[in-house]
Amino acid sequence: MVCESWKSKLDMYIDGEVPEEEMRTFDAHVRGCHSCSADALVLVQMKRAIHVAGKRYTPSAEFRKRMQQKIAAKPRRSFGLAWTLAAAAAVILVVGTLTSAYLGTRSGRDQVFSEIADLHVATLASSSPVDVISTDRHTVKPWFQGKIPFAFNLPELQNSGFTLLGGRMTYLDQTPGAHLIYDAGKHHISVFIFREQSLPASLDKDPVSPKQLTFNMETWTQAGLRYFVIGDASATNVDNLAKLFKAAS
Amino acid sequence: MPHFERLYNFACWLTHDRQEAEDLVQETYAKALKGFSSFQLGTNFRAWIYKILRNTFLTSRTGLKATAPVPLDLEGEEEALPAVKETPESILLRRSDDQLVRQALEQLPVAYREILLLCEVEEMSYQEISATLAIPMGTVMSRLSRARKALRGGLQEQFAKG
Repeated sequence: MVCESWKSKLDMYIDGEVPEEEMRTFDAHVRGCHSCSADALVLVQMKRAIHVAGKRYTPSAEFRKRMQQKIAAKPRRSFGLAWTLAAAAAVILVVGTLTSAYLGTRSGRDQVFSEIADLHVATLASSSPVDVISTDRHTVKPWFQGKIPFAFNLPELQNSGFTLLGGRMTYLDQTPGAHLIYDAGKHHISVFIFREQSLPASLDKDPVSPKQLTFNMETWTQAGLRYFVIGDASATNVDNLAKLFKAAS
Repeated sequence: MPHFERLYNFACWLTHDRQEAEDLVQETYAKALKGFSSFQLGTNFRAWIYKILRNTFLTSRTGLKATAPVPLDLEGEEEALPAVKETPESILLRRSDDQLVRQALEQLPVAYREILLLCEVEEMSYQEISATLAIPMGTVMSRLSRARKALRGGLQEQFAKG
């Protein structure tokens, strides 16, 4: 029986790494070949056993708390270093329980800003930041139809220095909204749009302080929609993009 | 949260010591925080942070000790698989004896242990493993195959011991 060529790929087969078109042929062979099916069975059993046995260690509550405290302390100390702050926010997100413990002591307004910052960083850290990838606003805007309960306008960007990268649906306080990502030089700026009525009313009372936020951010209400523009780009860039949105709405 | 818990689990498997694992995870986050600018948007964040943890481990005292050059026979030509019908390890695995599998895993060289954990526990694709371990895809495949064989060998030994 000439099985050597199949056997050499058995690991790939059970790991699902064989190209799709080859998979069907492989399946047919394994079903009909006693030797290969027995080998595949052992490999699958071993895979399962390692999967179970490998999940062995859990961090202690004390260590988790210590880490949360360390990370929570970073943003305040390192004001001015945008990337460090972005990283701090990213790690805060990764070490998720911090968020709930930390936010519990803050006002609703700060919670919203913090969540916006988290959404921004988490999205940029993702391997697929946008669900609709297009630089064309006429492609991105219609993509949201039927996904969010409102419509909005996207600005014309010609000669503005900004490039639309795409968009995705997002949620803030269980409210669906639009998240758009723009390129500004080497920086990325997020624009979030939600229905105003779904969010805390006091968002405009106190101007947003970058010192508290760690990012540059602008927020305003227009035509019943709440806009947030946030990023580690310069305040001027964030402001310019905000102005383009204000003019388009 | 998943990354934190899983990084800690991975760190424990690498170091075999909870205190060292805590230091390793702590250092990993500190480095990630410091070097976030080196993270390329659109690349894999998980592979990036695991790579930091692994590199930190490799340069630690325990890591240097544990990863003394891999003997040539580990990376050498593949041995022929024994004819498989009912093997000792398949019986062991069917019995789901976690303890024996853990012991066999612990006794593997770090290079084999880490690749098995990344593939089976972290469920990383070959591409992610390649990025995390900074090795070519071909090496991922061959090392994974040898790691599995080594684990089977270890399980057979455990079985022989009774």
